Amino acid sequence: MTELLIDALSWLLMALGGGFVLIGGIGALRLPDFYTRIHAASLTDTMASILIFFGIILQAGFSLAALKLFAIMIFLLLTGPTASYALANAALQSGLRPEKPTVTSTGRDK
Amino acid sequence: MYILVSIAILVTMVLALVRALKGPTVYDRVLAVNMFGTKTAMLLAVIAYLYGRPDFLDLALAYALINLVGVLAVLEFFQNNHRDHAEYDND
Repeated sequence: MTELLIDALSWLLMALGGGFVLIGGIGALRLPDFYTRIHAASLTDTMASILIFFGIILQAGFSLAALKLFAIMIFLLLTGPTASYALANAALQSGLRPEKPTVTSTGRDK
Repeated sequence: MYILVSIAILVTMVLALVRALKGPTVYDRVLAVNMFGTKTAMLLAVIAYLYGRPDFLDLALAYALINLVGVLAVLEFFQNNHRDHAEYDND
């Protein structure tokens, strides 16, 4: 019973993580602006990696592999936002400005 | 279940590659390559359990370490490069 529960929980976590990865990838391809794309891409670095790695850790149980998975997850969680911040800072320093908001329903121009 | 997650990660890697090829600015390309690198680490961790070989986790750790250093080095290069040429072209 406990085995089944842990299996179901880990599958749920991994499916959610796969969904987040897919959403982030589609967003990084289709969003209109660099600063919106960086938002979609950093979503996959944090939320999706938490979900997928906790899903695999539940399958691994108490072992050295679980410790390694936890270390990879912590490392990705530390470096992903750092890289995103450095990227946004570099883009802003070099003069890349966010696009002005466009509201088409009220007829505001670009 | 592992195979579904690995397929999702692979599709995202393809989308990131498309963005890296299309990207209008250089920062879009760096963003896509960074995303590709972190997805590589995640894909290696999933594949380690898909094939039942937990040795792959060391490879995933190494890829995660190399990726950050690579992205920061490329960013530093482009930032300094832009500062040097700032008076000639400001795009």
